[in-house]
Amino acid sequence: MKLRRRTRADGAGQHHADPCVAELIRALGEDRVRADGAARHLASADASMFSDGAAGPVCFPDSTEHVQAIMQVAARHDRAVLPRGAGSGLSGGAAPLGDPIVVSTTRMNRVLEVDEQDRVAWVQPGVINLDLTKQVTPLGLHFAPDPSSQQVCTIGGNVANNSGGPHCLAYGVTSAHVLAVEVVLSTGEAVVLGGLEAEPSGYDLRGAFVGSEGMFGIATKIAVRLTPNPESVRTLLLSFDTVADAAATVGSVIASGLVPAAVEMMDKRCVAAVEDFVHAGYPRGAAAVLLIEVDGLQRGVEADTEKVAEIGRAHGGTVRVAADEQERALLWKGRKSAFGAVARVAPDYYLHDTVVPRSKLVEVLEAVYEIVDRYDLTAVNVFHAGDGNLHPLMAYDSREPGVNERVAAAGREILEVSLAVGGVLSGEHGIGVEKRDFMEYQFTSADLEQQALLRRSFDPHCRLNPGKVLPSAHSCADIASLSASKVNGVWG
Amino acid sequence: MIAPPVIDDTALLAFAAEIGSAGPVMVRGGGTQWDVGGAPDSDIREVSAPTGIVEFRPDEMTVCVRAGTTVAALHAVLAEHGQRTALPDGSVPGGSPASTVGGTIAVGRSPVTRLGDGHIRDAVLQLHYVAADGQLVTAGGPTVKNVTGFDMCRVLVGSLGTLGCIGDAILRTRPRPEHEQWAKFADAEPETVLNTAKTATAILWDGSSVWARLCGHRVDVEDDLVRLPASYEVPPPDLPPFRWSRRPKDLHRLPNETGRFIAEIGVGVVHCERPDPNPPPVPASVAALNRRVRELFDPNRRFNPGRSVGQL
Ligand SMILES: Cc1cc2nc3c(=O)[nH]c(=O)nc-3n(C[C@H](O)[C@H](O)[C@H](O)COP(=O)(O)OP(=O)(O)OC[C@H]3O[C@@H](n4cnc5c(N)ncnc54)[C@H](O)[C@@H]3O)c2cc1C
Repeated sequence: MKLRRRTRADGAGQHHADPCVAELIRALGEDRVRADGAARHLASADASMFSDGAAGPVCFPDSTEHVQAIMQVAARHDRAVLPRGAGSGLSGGAAPLGDPIVVSTTRMNRVLEVDEQDRVAWVQPGVINLDLTKQVTPLGLHFAPDPSSQQVCTIGGNVANNSGGPHCLAYGVTSAHVLAVEVVLSTGEAVVLGGLEAEPSGYDLRGAFVGSEGMFGIATKIAVRLTPNPESVRTLLLSFDTVADAAATVGSVIASGLVPAAVEMMDKRCVAAVEDFVHAGYPRGAAAVLLIEVDGLQRGVEADTEKVAEIGRAHGGTVRVAADEQERALLWKGRKSAFGAVARVAPDYYLHDTVVPRSKLVEVLEAVYEIVDRYDLTAVNVFHAGDGNLHPLMAYDSREPGVNERVAAAGREILEVSLAVGGVLSGEHGIGVEKRDFMEYQFTSADLEQQALLRRSFDPHCRLNPGKVLPSAHSCADIASLSASKVNGVWG
Repeated sequence: MIAPPVIDDTALLAFAAEIGSAGPVMVRGGGTQWDVGGAPDSDIREVSAPTGIVEFRPDEMTVCVRAGTTVAALHAVLAEHGQRTALPDGSVPGGSPASTVGGTIAVGRSPVTRLGDGHIRDAVLQLHYVAADGQLVTAGGPTVKNVTGFDMCRVLVGSLGTLGCIGDAILRTRPRPEHEQWAKFADAEPETVLNTAKTATAILWDGSSVWARLCGHRVDVEDDLVRLPASYEVPPPDLPPFRWSRRPKDLHRLPNETGRFIAEIGVGVVHCERPDPNPPPVPASVAALNRRVRELFDPNRRFNPGRSVGQL
């Protein structure tokens, strides 16, 4: 439910009296700590529907030592700590629960080192995803994970959410591109997990940390793999009279032994919104369009392009191959502005995220249309079809009475349909608060207990980002302020 | 309310029952990497993981396979649909036809094709394993993309069976390339091959010669062989038994203690005749975190007592 209550963030006075703030200022300096209402308000929500959070003091460290000092102050005062990147997360991961000290990484935004020979960069967590790629473009390299939010989201946030993007179909999600992470633990200790050598010793705690949604520690330095730009790239736009034909094309392309760099699908409603907004040249009449990209070496790419086109035509599709870089950029611009295009239609939107087996795409899409129509909502579909990652996007106006409840109910039904066909709760946006209470749909109590053990290995007191991911029965509620503020999930 | 899928595979349930909830136990796979992490204590009850392919879904590019199945047997079935996994079978240098899926995952070492095929941990989508309290649990999920909950699979890959006993796995499959071959480049610099042979999925160097496994479209492999003169279709070298871990760029600065060596260019693994005299040190704080993980997951040290993960 979209709750706009601000029970705790109702003024700055409360925090000036806070002895913890004085200590933070002593440790970091006045200009790196903000306890006023405006700063705390800005940190009280992310891009998700969840708006019930309340932030404590907000810190802006610029070094590992600062983050360590914050953690020590927090331990002395038994306060929760919440790392925050750009706040573009869609599951409430950066929404503050339990009055936490918020650690904003915006000032930790330097690329520290680029090793061209080993194709590795050490970056601070606040570096914006696209900025890193821009910086290494002259070397013929890029950072492969490319979330649609890449102009704003941080690499620290990408690591915490194990984020994906269109090109992760061929290149893998964030985890496959992180070699090492320097992490400040809740004790204030800094540890380097993973390493630049081939086989770092011990358990893969680097892998455990990636996707830990800010609950295991704060990443203060990240060594990411840089990927050479492909020699050749071709982008195809395929349009179909039915969603089923488009989905069948995806299946046939994958089954043919091709691994395209990206396979994205947009339905008719999405195409209309995009065309009104950026005029990408998508055919308005089509029931569904596919944006398929193949990359690699020149001659192989030519063969792959031909093969994709043939498969598309065999399924009744109309095929257009981008003639030049300009046309290719326009086709991608359409895809990347889809959310913005929909946002123009209505003031609020809820962007869902589930994964289903590729063979169930048609069945689940039909169910999605049925559900949103039944709740009298509008949904557009624009998603990573190549790996079955659905993103139904519901646009609405939260001022309309009862609409929040309808969006929540429809969202829940879409989850249920996805799980019923063998899918999972989230493909890239994470669990956060949004889906926390649905974890029991997918995991048994014993499964969740194992996840809780992993978290406790890193953070025995559950100081970091409490109240997320694990349903309350499996999270330790040691943080007094968290148990005091009873928080419901987004969908109640 | 929707409930999690019930595990009804009787082979898996029997495996869990055999492991039980008390007493030291270890799972034996193919026994091909038994030396890794030191020998387990003697007189420990040995259990074998169940075998067989549960479900191969060529259109999803996933396969569910019980842990005791050999990678070779798995790949034979996947080959019928022109697919395989990143796990090593007997056909790559260093691989063995006896290696099991569970053993390969538990040891967590990628084959020499890691350069092109990625680390084997990225092929593991879901695991069923028996936890120290005897419960059969699920890590990860069945789909090719998934961030639901913490990434438990990553922790189990390379855990040498010390955190849980792996019963089955859902793995990502990949298409077999149209063409693949090994080629030998007699006098080439390894970096030249790395930067020029775009279809290489493995590059090996013994200090003088370079071997590369070239994979992909036939035309692309042909182009590589035009760019780089090679002796065609030369089998790859055998790998010496010990494994050193280095940064890729440090492979030119190997000490004299290696004896004969084969280095994985672009990856950093070096196969040597002697053990590494100076393995990269593990800081005390990282070692402590590793110990805490093991203590929490297996408080009574039931699993593989005596064996240790890394030099911890
Ligand atoms: C329009 C739009 C499109 C999007 N498209 C995609 C997409 O294609 N693919 C995708 O995967 N996601 C997408 N997202 C979601 C979001 O952008 C990603 O999850 C992103 O990685 C979050 O980064 P951030 O810097 O905004 O993190 P935040 O939202 O600030 O935080 C996210 C989580 O990371 C934690 N965190 C942040 N920094 C650190 C750190 N240094 N150490 C430890 N924990 C940390 C936070 O505590 C929180 O739990 C989209 C979002 C929007 C609004």
